[in-house]
Amino acid sequence: MTQPFVALSNVTVRYGGGTVALSETSLRIQQGEFVALVGPSGCGKSTILKLVAGLLPATSGGLLVAGRESRPGTVRIGLAFQNPTMLPWLNIRDNVMMPLKIVQPFRRDFARKRRGEYAQKVEALLEQVGLRGMGDKRPWQLSGGMLQRASLCRALIHEPQLLLLDEPFGALDSFTREELWGLAQQLWLDKRPTVLLVTHDLREAAYLANRVCVMTSRPGRILEDRALDFPRPRTIEGSYAPAFATLVQQLRMRIAEARSEPADGQRGDPVAASGSDCPPAVEPERMVA
Amino acid sequence: MTEKHKLSPRARQRVLSALALLGFFGLWELACIVSNVSNLVLPRPSQVLAVLIDKLPLLWPHTVQTLHTTLAGFTLGVLTGILLGLLIGSSRTAYDVAYPLLVGFSSIPKVAVVPIFVVWFGSGTIPAVLTSMVISIFPVVVNVATGLANTEPELEDVLKVLGARKRDILWNVSLPRALPYLFASLKISITLAFVGTVLAETVASNKGIGNMMMIASGNFDVPMVFAGLVILAVLGVALYAVSSWFEMRMTGWAQRKTELAMA
Repeated sequence: MTQPFVALSNVTVRYGGGTVALSETSLRIQQGEFVALVGPSGCGKSTILKLVAGLLPATSGGLLVAGRESRPGTVRIGLAFQNPTMLPWLNIRDNVMMPLKIVQPFRRDFARKRRGEYAQKVEALLEQVGLRGMGDKRPWQLSGGMLQRASLCRALIHEPQLLLLDEPFGALDSFTREELWGLAQQLWLDKRPTVLLVTHDLREAAYLANRVCVMTSRPGRILEDRALDFPRPRTIEGSYAPAFATLVQQLRMRIAEARSEPADGQRGDPVAASGSDCPPAVEPERMVA
Repeated sequence: MTEKHKLSPRARQRVLSALALLGFFGLWELACIVSNVSNLVLPRPSQVLAVLIDKLPLLWPHTVQTLHTTLAGFTLGVLTGILLGLLIGSSRTAYDVAYPLLVGFSSIPKVAVVPIFVVWFGSGTIPAVLTSMVISIFPVVVNVATGLANTEPELEDVLKVLGARKRDILWNVSLPRALPYLFASLKISITLAFVGTVLAETVASNKGIGNMMMIASGNFDVPMVFAGLVILAVLGVALYAVSSWFEMRMTGWAQRKTELAMA
Protein backbone atom coordinates (compact mmCIF):
# COMPACT_ATOMS: atom_id res chain seq x y z
CA MET A 1 0.00 0.00 0.00
CA THR A 2 1.30 3.43 -0.92
CA GLN A 3 1.40 6.34 1.43
CA PRO A 4 -2.22 7.52 1.85
CA PHE A 5 -3.08 11.00 0.63
CA VAL A 6 -5.15 11.76 3.70
CA ALA A 7 -4.39 10.00 6.95
CA LEU A 8 -6.26 10.55 10.21
CA SER A 9 -4.90 8.48 13.05
CA ASN A 10 -6.76 8.38 16.36
CA VAL A 11 -8.03 11.90 15.98
CA THR A 12 -10.20 13.38 18.70
CA VAL A 13 -11.91 16.75 18.39
CA ARG A 14 -13.38 18.44 21.40
CA TYR A 15 -15.17 21.75 20.91
CA GLY A 16 -14.85 24.65 23.32
CA GLY A 17 -17.93 23.70 25.30
CA GLY A 18 -16.50 20.25 26.01
CA THR A 19 -18.60 18.53 23.37
CA VAL A 20 -16.66 15.66 21.86
CA ALA A 21 -17.37 15.82 18.14
CA LEU A 22 -15.02 13.08 17.08
CA SER A 23 -13.32 10.43 19.11
CA GLU A 24 -10.29 8.35 18.26
CA THR A 25 -11.11 8.27 14.59
CA SER A 26 -8.79 6.84 11.98
CA LEU A 27 -9.34 7.16 8.27
CA ARG A 28 -7.03 6.67 5.33
CA ILE A 29 -7.78 7.94 1.86
CA GLN A 30 -5.59 6.99 -1.08
CA GLN A 31 -4.77 9.43 -3.84
CA GLY A 32 -7.54 9.53 -6.42
CA GLU A 33 -10.10 7.78 -4.24
CA PHE A 34 -13.70 8.89 -3.93
CA VAL A 35 -14.74 8.40 -0.31
CA ALA A 36 -18.20 9.11 1.05
CA LEU A 37 -18.86 9.69 4.75
CA VAL A 38 -22.38 8.84 5.87
CA GLY A 39 -23.97 8.74 9.29
CA PRO A 40 -26.62 10.20 11.55
CA SER A 41 -26.78 13.98 11.61
CA GLY A 42 -24.44 15.60 14.08
CA CYS A 43 -22.09 12.63 14.04
CA GLY A 44 -18.98 14.59 13.11
CA LYS A 45 -18.93 14.07 9.35
CA SER A 46 -18.48 17.75 8.71
CA THR A 47 -15.94 17.90 11.51
CA ILE A 48 -13.76 15.42 9.63
CA LEU A 49 -14.13 17.51 6.51
CA LYS A 50 -13.09 20.68 8.31
CA LEU A 51 -10.17 18.87 9.92
CA VAL A 52 -8.90 17.69 6.57
CA ALA A 53 -9.39 21.18 5.15
CA GLY A 54 -7.23 22.54 7.95
CA LEU A 55 -10.02 24.80 9.18
CA LEU A 56 -10.19 23.07 12.53
CA PRO A 57 -7.39 21.79 14.77
CA ALA A 58 -7.47 18.28 16.15
CA THR A 59 -7.53 18.12 19.95
CA SER A 60 -5.36 15.01 19.85
CA GLY A 61 -4.17 12.51 17.29
CA GLY A 62 -2.41 12.91 13.98
CA LEU A 63 -3.59 14.25 10.66
CA LEU A 64 -1.48 14.24 7.53
CA VAL A 65 -2.54 15.47 4.12
CA ALA A 66 -0.09 14.64 1.32
CA GLY A 67 2.38 13.62 4.00
CA ARG A 68 2.25 16.99 5.76
CA GLU A 69 0.30 18.63 8.49
CA SER A 70 -2.86 20.13 7.03
CA ARG A 71 -2.84 23.89 7.09
CA PRO A 72 -4.78 26.12 4.73
CA GLY A 73 -2.74 26.73 1.61
CA THR A 74 -0.38 23.77 1.85
CA VAL A 75 -2.37 21.42 -0.36
CA ARG A 76 -4.58 22.68 -3.15
CA ILE A 77 -8.10 22.02 -1.89
CA GLY A 78 -11.49 22.69 -3.43
CA LEU A 79 -14.49 23.09 -1.17
CA ALA A 80 -18.21 23.08 -1.93
CA PHE A 81 -21.08 23.32 0.53
CA GLN A 82 -24.81 22.75 0.41
CA ASN A 83 -25.18 26.50 0.10
CA PRO A 84 -23.48 27.61 -3.14
CA THR A 85 -22.29 30.91 -1.51
CA MET A 86 -21.79 32.78 -4.75
CA LEU A 87 -20.79 36.40 -4.29
CA PRO A 88 -23.79 38.42 -5.45
CA TRP A 89 -21.78 41.36 -6.74
CA LEU A 90 -19.76 39.25 -9.17
CA ASN A 91 -21.00 37.49 -12.26
CA ILE A 92 -20.68 33.73 -12.52
CA ARG A 93 -17.38 33.89 -14.39
CA ASP A 94 -15.72 36.03 -11.74
CA ASN A 95 -17.19 33.91 -8.98
CA VAL A 96 -15.77 30.75 -10.50
CA MET A 97 -12.47 32.52 -11.10
CA MET A 98 -12.09 33.56 -7.46
CA PRO A 99 -9.73 30.70 -6.49
CA LEU A 100 -7.36 31.65 -9.32
CA LYS A 101 -7.14 35.10 -7.77
CA ILE A 102 -5.97 33.61 -4.49
CA VAL A 103 -4.11 30.35 -5.07
CA GLN A 104 -0.56 30.16 -6.35
CA PRO A 105 0.69 29.64 -9.02
CA PHE A 106 -2.39 31.17 -10.65
CA ARG A 107 -2.36 34.23 -8.45
CA ARG A 108 0.96 35.39 -9.82
CA ASP A 109 -0.41 35.79 -13.35
CA PHE A 110 -3.94 36.76 -12.42
CA ALA A 111 -3.84 40.37 -13.58
CA ARG A 112 -2.30 39.36 -16.90
CA LYS A 113 -4.37 36.27 -17.69
CA ARG A 114 -7.78 36.96 -16.21
CA ARG A 115 -9.25 38.18 -19.48
CA GLY A 116 -7.56 35.63 -21.68
CA GLU A 117 -6.38 32.25 -20.52
CA TYR A 118 -8.27 32.15 -17.24
CA ALA A 119 -11.54 33.32 -18.77
CA GLN A 120 -11.23 30.53 -21.34
CA LYS A 121 -10.48 28.02 -18.63
CA VAL A 122 -13.62 29.08 -16.75
CA GLU A 123 -15.68 29.00 -19.93
CA ALA A 124 -14.51 25.47 -20.73
CA LEU A 125 -15.39 24.25 -17.26
CA LEU A 126 -18.77 25.98 -17.31
CA GLU A 127 -19.48 24.32 -20.63
CA GLN A 128 -18.56 20.95 -19.19
CA VAL A 129 -21.11 21.33 -16.40
CA GLY A 130 -23.81 22.56 -18.77
CA LEU A 131 -23.56 26.27 -17.98
CA ARG A 132 -22.36 27.34 -21.39
CA GLY A 133 -22.65 31.10 -21.90
CA MET A 134 -23.79 31.70 -18.32
CA GLY A 135 -20.54 33.44 -17.34
CA ASP A 136 -22.03 36.91 -17.62
CA LYS A 137 -25.12 36.10 -15.56
CA ARG A 138 -25.46 37.20 -11.97
CA PRO A 139 -25.97 34.54 -9.29
CA TRP A 140 -29.59 35.51 -8.64
CA GLN A 141 -30.45 34.86 -12.27
CA LEU A 142 -29.60 31.18 -11.92
CA SER A 143 -31.63 28.34 -10.44
CA GLY A 144 -30.46 26.37 -7.42
CA GLY A 145 -29.18 23.52 -9.57
CA MET A 146 -27.27 25.89 -11.82
CA LEU A 147 -25.74 27.64 -8.84
CA GLN A 148 -24.59 24.33 -7.44
CA ARG A 149 -22.97 23.51 -10.79
CA ALA A 150 -21.19 26.86 -10.65
CA SER A 151 -20.15 26.10 -7.09
CA LEU A 152 -18.62 22.81 -8.28
CA CYS A 153 -16.78 24.75 -10.97
CA ARG A 154 -15.39 27.12 -8.35
CA ALA A 155 -14.23 24.13 -6.33
CA LEU A 156 -12.46 22.65 -9.37
CA ILE A 157 -11.12 25.62 -11.32
CA HIS A 158 -7.73 25.64 -9.58
CA GLU A 159 -7.24 21.91 -10.27
CA PRO A 160 -7.31 20.85 -6.64
CA GLN A 161 -5.61 17.67 -5.49
CA LEU A 162 -8.30 17.23 -2.90
CA LEU A 163 -11.98 17.98 -3.31
CA LEU A 164 -14.10 18.31 -0.18
CA LEU A 165 -17.86 18.23 -0.64
CA ASP A 166 -20.18 18.89 2.29
CA GLU A 167 -23.65 17.78 1.20
CA PRO A 168 -23.32 19.69 -2.04
CA PHE A 169 -26.58 18.36 -3.47
CA GLY A 170 -28.58 18.41 -0.25
CA ALA A 171 -30.78 21.39 -1.09
CA LEU A 172 -31.73 20.29 -4.60
CA ASP A 173 -34.81 18.48 -5.86
CA SER A 174 -34.30 14.81 -6.55
CA PHE A 175 -34.15 15.06 -10.35
CA THR A 176 -31.56 17.81 -10.30
CA ARG A 177 -29.67 15.92 -7.65
CA GLU A 178 -29.45 12.80 -9.76
CA GLU A 179 -28.38 14.87 -12.74
CA LEU A 180 -25.58 16.37 -10.69
CA TRP A 181 -24.46 12.93 -9.48
CA GLY A 182 -23.81 12.07 -13.10
CA LEU A 183 -21.93 15.32 -13.52
CA ALA A 184 -19.86 14.86 -10.37
CA GLN A 185 -18.92 11.35 -11.47
CA GLN A 186 -17.91 12.62 -14.89
CA LEU A 187 -15.76 15.36 -13.40
CA TRP A 188 -14.10 12.88 -11.09
CA LEU A 189 -13.44 10.41 -13.92
CA ASP A 190 -11.92 13.23 -15.98
CA LYS A 191 -9.62 14.78 -13.43
CA ARG A 192 -9.30 12.11 -10.75
CA PRO A 193 -8.93 14.34 -7.72
CA THR A 194 -9.13 12.73 -4.30
CA VAL A 195 -12.66 13.34 -3.09
CA LEU A 196 -14.19 13.31 0.36
CA LEU A 197 -17.97 13.60 0.20
CA VAL A 198 -20.13 14.13 3.26
CA THR A 199 -23.74 13.21 2.67
CA HIS A 200 -27.01 12.11 4.23
CA ASP A 201 -28.13 10.43 1.07
CA LEU A 202 -27.11 6.78 0.92
CA ARG A 203 -27.99 6.35 -2.74
CA GLU A 204 -25.78 9.32 -3.47
CA ALA A 205 -22.92 7.81 -1.52
CA ALA A 206 -23.33 4.44 -3.22
CA TYR A 207 -23.62 5.99 -6.67
CA LEU A 208 -20.57 8.21 -6.42
CA ALA A 209 -18.05 6.70 -4.06
CA ASN A 210 -15.45 3.95 -4.22
CA ARG A 211 -15.64 3.63 -0.48
CA VAL A 212 -18.39 4.42 1.98
CA CYS A 213 -17.55 5.04 5.62
CA VAL A 214 -20.44 4.78 8.07
CA MET A 215 -20.10 6.81 11.25
CA THR A 216 -21.67 6.44 14.68
CA SER A 217 -23.65 9.16 16.43
CA ARG A 218 -21.70 11.81 18.28
CA PRO A 219 -19.04 11.45 19.38
CA GLY A 220 -18.35 10.05 15.98
CA ARG A 221 -16.24 7.08 15.09
CA ILE A 222 -16.07 5.14 11.88
CA LEU A 223 -18.22 2.07 12.30
CA GLU A 224 -17.83 0.50 8.93
CA ASP A 225 -15.59 1.09 5.97
CA ARG A 226 -16.90 -0.46 2.82
CA ALA A 227 -15.39 -0.64 -0.66
CA LEU A 228 -17.80 -0.43 -3.58
CA ASP A 229 -16.95 -1.97 -6.90
CA PHE A 230 -19.93 -1.13 -9.08
CA PRO A 231 -18.57 -0.56 -12.56
CA ARG A 232 -18.09 2.99 -13.85
CA PRO A 233 -19.63 5.02 -15.22
CA ARG A 234 -22.54 4.30 -12.98
CA THR A 235 -26.04 5.21 -14.10
CA ILE A 236 -29.29 6.13 -12.38
CA GLU A 237 -30.88 2.97 -13.82
CA GLY A 238 -28.02 1.01 -12.27
CA SER A 239 -28.84 2.53 -8.91
CA TYR A 240 -32.10 0.57 -8.96
CA ALA A 241 -30.39 -2.75 -9.69
CA PRO A 242 -30.74 -5.40 -6.95
CA ALA A 243 -27.08 -5.38 -5.90
CA PHE A 244 -27.14 -1.61 -5.49
CA ALA A 245 -30.44 -1.65 -3.61
CA THR A 246 -29.14 -4.37 -1.28
CA LEU A 247 -26.05 -2.31 -0.47
CA VAL A 248 -28.08 0.81 0.23
CA GLN A 249 -30.37 -1.25 2.44
CA GLN A 250 -27.38 -2.64 4.37
CA LEU A 251 -25.91 0.82 4.88
CA ARG A 252 -29.27 1.99 6.04
CA MET A 253 -29.46 -0.76 8.65
CA ARG A 254 -25.95 0.10 9.81
CA ILE A 255 -26.91 3.71 10.36
CA ALA A 256 -30.10 2.76 12.15
CA GLU A 257 -27.90 0.71 14.47
CA ALA A 258 -25.45 3.57 14.85
CA ARG A 259 -28.22 5.93 15.83
CA SER A 260 -29.50 3.69 18.58
CA GLU A 261 -26.03 2.90 19.89
CA PRO A 262 -25.19 5.76 22.26
CA ALA A 263 -28.75 5.87 23.53
CA ASP A 264 -28.74 2.40 25.11
CA GLY A 265 -25.10 2.66 26.25
CA GLN A 266 -24.98 -1.11 26.71
CA ARG A 267 -22.07 -1.80 24.40
CA GLY A 268 -19.32 -1.33 26.91
CA ASP A 269 -18.04 1.62 24.92
CA PRO A 270 -16.94 4.30 27.39
CA VAL A 271 -16.82 6.94 24.67
CA ALA A 272 -20.36 6.27 23.59
CA ALA A 273 -21.55 6.41 27.18
CA SER A 274 -19.78 9.71 27.87
CA GLY A 275 -21.52 11.20 24.87
CA SER A 276 -24.88 11.20 26.60
CA ASP A 277 -24.79 14.94 27.14
CA CYS A 278 -25.15 15.46 23.42
CA PRO A 279 -28.54 16.06 21.93
CA PRO A 280 -29.95 12.93 20.34
CA ALA A 281 -29.64 12.73 16.59
CA VAL A 282 -32.93 13.53 14.97
CA GLU A 283 -33.92 14.10 11.35
CA PRO A 284 -34.55 10.51 10.28
CA GLU A 285 -36.42 11.34 7.08
CA ARG A 286 -33.30 11.97 5.00
CA MET A 287 -31.93 8.55 5.89
CA VAL A 288 -34.40 6.82 3.66
CA ALA A 289 -32.74 6.02 0.39
CA MET B 1 -52.05 47.09 -20.45
CA THR B 2 -53.23 48.25 -23.84
CA GLU B 3 -54.64 51.71 -23.06
CA LYS B 4 -52.19 54.40 -23.93
CA HIS B 5 -53.23 56.91 -21.28
CA LYS B 6 -52.36 54.49 -18.51
CA LEU B 7 -49.02 55.46 -17.03
CA SER B 8 -46.48 52.93 -15.94
CA PRO B 9 -46.61 52.33 -12.16
CA ARG B 10 -43.30 54.10 -11.83
CA ALA B 11 -44.43 57.24 -13.66
CA ARG B 12 -47.70 57.23 -11.77
CA GLN B 13 -45.84 57.11 -8.51
CA ARG B 14 -43.80 60.12 -9.59
CA VAL B 15 -46.82 62.11 -10.68
CA LEU B 16 -48.52 61.32 -7.39
CA SER B 17 -45.58 62.45 -5.28
CA ALA B 18 -45.30 65.66 -7.31
CA LEU B 19 -49.01 66.25 -6.77
CA ALA B 20 -48.64 65.61 -3.04
CA LEU B 21 -45.86 68.19 -2.88
CA LEU B 22 -47.86 70.79 -4.80
CA GLY B 23 -50.94 69.96 -2.77
CA PHE B 24 -49.03 70.52 0.46
CA PHE B 25 -47.92 74.00 -0.55
CA GLY B 26 -51.34 74.76 -2.01
CA LEU B 27 -53.06 73.84 1.25
CA TRP B 28 -50.57 75.89 3.20
CA GLU B 29 -51.18 78.91 1.00
CA LEU B 30 -54.93 78.42 1.25
CA ALA B 31 -54.87 77.99 5.02
CA CYS B 32 -52.89 81.21 5.43
CA ILE B 33 -55.28 83.17 3.22
CA VAL B 34 -58.42 81.78 4.85
CA SER B 35 -57.23 82.21 8.44
CA ASN B 36 -55.62 85.55 7.58
CA VAL B 37 -52.62 84.71 9.73
CA SER B 38 -49.90 87.36 9.97
CA ASN B 39 -46.74 86.62 8.00
CA LEU B 40 -44.84 87.24 11.20
CA VAL B 41 -46.27 83.93 12.38
CA LEU B 42 -46.57 81.87 9.25
CA PRO B 43 -45.72 83.36 5.87
CA ARG B 44 -47.40 82.04 2.75
CA PRO B 45 -45.34 79.87 0.40
CA SER B 46 -45.71 82.50 -2.31
CA GLN B 47 -44.17 85.10 0.00
CA VAL B 48 -41.32 82.75 0.82
CA LEU B 49 -40.75 82.18 -2.87
CA ALA B 50 -40.75 85.92 -3.50
CA VAL B 51 -38.15 86.41 -0.77
CA LEU B 52 -36.06 83.59 -2.19
CA ILE B 53 -36.00 85.25 -5.61
CA ASP B 54 -35.57 88.81 -4.34
CA LYS B 55 -32.83 88.11 -1.86
CA LEU B 56 -30.98 85.52 -3.89
CA PRO B 57 -27.76 87.58 -4.16
CA LEU B 58 -27.79 87.88 -0.40
CA LEU B 59 -28.72 84.26 0.28
CA TRP B 60 -26.37 82.67 -2.22
CA PRO B 61 -23.06 83.15 -0.31
CA HIS B 62 -24.69 81.72 2.81
CA THR B 63 -25.96 78.74 0.84
CA VAL B 64 -22.54 78.08 -0.63
CA GLN B 65 -20.95 78.42 2.81
CA THR B 66 -23.36 75.93 4.38
CA LEU B 67 -22.97 73.52 1.50
CA HIS B 68 -19.19 73.61 1.64
CA THR B 69 -19.12 73.25 5.40
CA THR B 70 -21.52 70.32 5.27
CA LEU B 71 -19.65 68.56 2.50
CA ALA B 72 -16.33 69.02 4.27
CA GLY B 73 -17.75 67.73 7.56
CA PHE B 74 -19.54 64.89 5.85
CA THR B 75 -16.46 63.79 3.93
CA LEU B 76 -14.26 63.88 7.00
CA GLY B 77 -16.94 62.12 9.02
CA VAL B 78 -17.41 59.37 6.45
CA LEU B 79 -13.68 58.76 6.05
CA THR B 80 -13.16 58.60 9.80
CA GLY B 81 -16.27 56.45 10.11
CA ILE B 82 -15.03 53.97 7.51
CA LEU B 83 -11.63 53.71 9.19
CA LEU B 84 -13.15 53.21 12.63
CA GLY B 85 -15.70 50.78 11.22
CA LEU B 86 -12.96 48.72 9.57
CA LEU B 87 -11.01 48.69 12.80
CA ILE B 88 -13.97 47.72 14.94
CA GLY B 89 -15.60 45.35 12.49
CA SER B 90 -12.53 43.29 11.69
CA SER B 91 -11.94 42.02 15.20
CA ARG B 92 -14.30 40.75 17.84
CA THR B 93 -12.23 42.23 20.67
CA ALA B 94 -12.06 45.67 19.10
CA TYR B 95 -15.82 45.49 18.62
CA ASP B 96 -16.48 44.67 22.26
CA VAL B 97 -14.02 47.23 23.58
CA ALA B 98 -14.93 50.15 21.36
CA TYR B 99 -18.67 49.76 21.13
CA PRO B 100 -19.64 51.15 24.58
CA LEU B 101 -17.28 54.06 24.00
CA LEU B 102 -18.90 54.75 20.67
CA VAL B 103 -22.41 54.60 22.04
CA GLY B 104 -21.35 56.93 24.84
CA PHE B 105 -19.94 59.50 22.43
CA SER B 106 -22.91 59.32 20.15
CA SER B 107 -25.40 59.90 22.94
CA ILE B 108 -23.83 63.26 23.79
CA PRO B 109 -26.12 65.94 22.31
CA LYS B 110 -24.11 67.62 19.61
CA VAL B 111 -25.25 71.09 20.69
CA ALA B 112 -23.15 70.51 23.78
CA VAL B 113 -19.92 70.02 21.86
CA VAL B 114 -20.17 73.18 19.76
CA PRO B 115 -18.99 75.44 22.62
CA ILE B 116 -16.01 73.17 23.15
CA PHE B 117 -15.06 73.43 19.49
CA VAL B 118 -15.47 77.19 19.73
CA VAL B 119 -13.13 77.31 22.70
CA TRP B 120 -10.57 75.24 20.82
CA PHE B 121 -10.79 76.75 17.36
CA GLY B 122 -12.65 80.04 17.75
CA SER B 123 -15.99 80.70 16.11
CA GLY B 124 -16.34 80.39 12.34
CA THR B 125 -16.17 77.61 9.83
CA ILE B 126 -14.02 75.11 11.70
CA PRO B 127 -16.45 74.37 14.58
CA ALA B 128 -19.21 73.92 12.01
CA VAL B 129 -17.15 71.46 9.97
CA LEU B 130 -16.21 69.56 13.11
CA THR B 131 -19.77 69.41 14.42
CA SER B 132 -21.02 68.15 11.12
CA MET B 133 -18.20 65.59 11.05
CA VAL B 134 -18.81 64.37 14.57
CA ILE B 135 -22.51 63.97 13.98
CA SER B 136 -22.10 61.99 10.77
CA ILE B 137 -19.50 59.51 12.03
CA PHE B 138 -21.66 57.25 14.15
CA PRO B 139 -24.06 55.79 11.55
CA VAL B 140 -21.11 55.05 9.26
CA VAL B 141 -19.09 53.30 11.95
CA VAL B 142 -21.98 51.15 13.09
CA ASN B 143 -23.02 50.16 9.59
CA VAL B 144 -19.54 49.40 8.30
CA ALA B 145 -18.76 47.33 11.37
CA THR B 146 -22.03 45.44 11.06
CA GLY B 147 -21.47 44.86 7.37
CA LEU B 148 -18.01 43.45 7.98
CA ALA B 149 -19.24 41.21 10.76
CA ASN B 150 -21.92 39.83 8.45
CA THR B 151 -19.74 37.74 6.13
CA GLU B 152 -21.05 34.19 5.82
CA PRO B 153 -18.67 31.81 7.60
CA GLU B 154 -19.00 29.24 4.80
CA LEU B 155 -17.77 31.72 2.25
CA GLU B 156 -14.86 32.59 4.45
CA ASP B 157 -14.08 28.87 4.74
CA VAL B 158 -14.06 28.46 0.96
CA LEU B 159 -11.42 31.18 0.73
CA LYS B 160 -9.43 30.16 3.80
CA VAL B 161 -9.02 26.67 2.44
CA LEU B 162 -7.44 28.22 -0.62
CA GLY B 163 -4.87 29.77 1.66
CA ALA B 164 -6.38 33.26 1.47
CA ARG B 165 -4.82 35.77 3.80
CA LYS B 166 -6.92 37.99 6.01
CA ARG B 167 -6.34 40.83 3.59
CA ASP B 168 -7.63 38.75 0.65
CA ILE B 169 -10.82 37.96 2.49
CA LEU B 170 -11.30 41.55 3.54
CA TRP B 171 -10.75 42.85 0.03
CA ASN B 172 -12.65 40.24 -1.94
CA VAL B 173 -15.51 39.39 0.37
CA SER B 174 -15.98 41.48 3.49
CA LEU B 175 -15.60 44.93 1.96
CA PRO B 176 -17.94 44.41 -0.99
CA ARG B 177 -20.37 42.77 1.42
CA ALA B 178 -20.20 45.86 3.65
CA LEU B 179 -20.75 48.35 0.82
CA PRO B 180 -24.58 48.32 0.89
CA TYR B 181 -24.42 48.96 4.63
CA LEU B 182 -22.03 51.84 4.05
CA PHE B 183 -24.27 53.45 1.46
CA ALA B 184 -27.34 53.05 3.62
CA SER B 185 -25.47 54.93 6.33
CA LEU B 186 -24.37 57.66 3.92
CA LYS B 187 -27.98 58.59 3.32
CA ILE B 188 -28.51 58.99 7.05
CA SER B 189 -25.22 60.78 7.59
CA ILE B 190 -25.69 63.38 4.88
CA THR B 191 -28.91 64.63 6.44
CA LEU B 192 -27.32 64.59 9.88
CA ALA B 193 -24.34 66.52 8.56
CA PHE B 194 -26.70 69.38 7.67
CA VAL B 195 -28.10 69.33 11.17
CA GLY B 196 -24.57 69.62 12.55
CA THR B 197 -23.59 72.47 10.27
CA VAL B 198 -26.68 74.55 10.87
CA LEU B 199 -26.43 73.91 14.58
CA ALA B 200 -22.89 75.22 14.76
CA GLU B 201 -23.64 78.11 12.43
CA THR B 202 -26.54 79.13 14.62
CA VAL B 203 -24.46 79.08 17.77
CA ALA B 204 -21.12 80.36 16.64
CA SER B 205 -20.58 81.68 13.17
CA ASN B 206 -21.01 84.79 11.10
CA LYS B 207 -21.75 83.01 7.86
CA GLY B 208 -24.02 80.28 6.59
CA ILE B 209 -27.73 79.59 6.44
CA GLY B 210 -27.90 78.88 10.17
CA ASN B 211 -26.40 82.25 11.01
CA MET B 212 -28.57 83.99 8.43
CA MET B 213 -31.70 82.44 9.98
CA MET B 214 -30.61 83.49 13.46
CA ILE B 215 -30.22 87.09 12.34
CA ALA B 216 -33.47 87.03 10.34
CA SER B 217 -35.44 85.72 13.27
CA GLY B 218 -33.86 88.38 15.48
CA ASN B 219 -35.24 90.96 13.01
CA PHE B 220 -38.65 89.27 12.95
CA ASP B 221 -38.09 88.66 9.25
CA VAL B 222 -40.03 85.39 9.33
CA PRO B 223 -40.35 84.96 5.54
CA MET B 224 -36.56 85.09 5.41
CA VAL B 225 -36.31 82.38 8.08
CA PHE B 226 -38.61 80.23 6.04
CA ALA B 227 -36.57 80.91 2.94
CA GLY B 228 -33.59 79.53 4.87
CA LEU B 229 -35.57 76.43 5.75
CA VAL B 230 -36.51 75.90 2.13
CA ILE B 231 -32.89 76.20 1.04
CA LEU B 232 -31.85 73.66 3.68
CA ALA B 233 -34.57 71.26 2.59
CA VAL B 234 -33.58 71.57 -1.07
CA LEU B 235 -29.90 71.04 -0.29
CA GLY B 236 -30.72 68.06 1.92
CA VAL B 237 -32.89 66.39 -0.70
CA ALA B 238 -30.29 67.06 -3.41
CA LEU B 239 -27.44 65.50 -1.43
CA TYR B 240 -29.64 62.60 -0.38
CA ALA B 241 -30.43 61.99 -4.03
CA VAL B 242 -26.73 62.08 -4.91
CA SER B 243 -25.94 59.47 -2.24
CA SER B 244 -28.81 57.33 -3.46
CA TRP B 245 -27.59 57.54 -7.02
CA PHE B 246 -24.13 56.43 -5.91
CA GLU B 247 -25.69 53.61 -3.97
CA MET B 248 -27.57 52.42 -7.04
CA ARG B 249 -24.46 52.56 -9.16
CA MET B 250 -22.17 50.87 -6.68
CA THR B 251 -24.40 48.28 -5.10
CA GLY B 252 -27.16 47.59 -7.58
CA TRP B 253 -26.59 43.88 -6.90
CA ALA B 254 -27.94 44.29 -3.39
CA GLN B 255 -31.20 45.91 -4.42
CA ARG B 256 -32.30 44.11 -7.54
CA LYS B 257 -35.79 43.58 -6.13
CA THR B 258 -36.65 47.11 -5.12
CA GLU B 259 -37.00 49.75 -7.73
CA LEU B 260 -35.54 53.10 -6.82
CA ALA B 261 -37.36 53.47 -3.56
CA MET B 262 -36.77 57.15 -3.01
CA ALA B 263 -37.61 60.27 -4.98
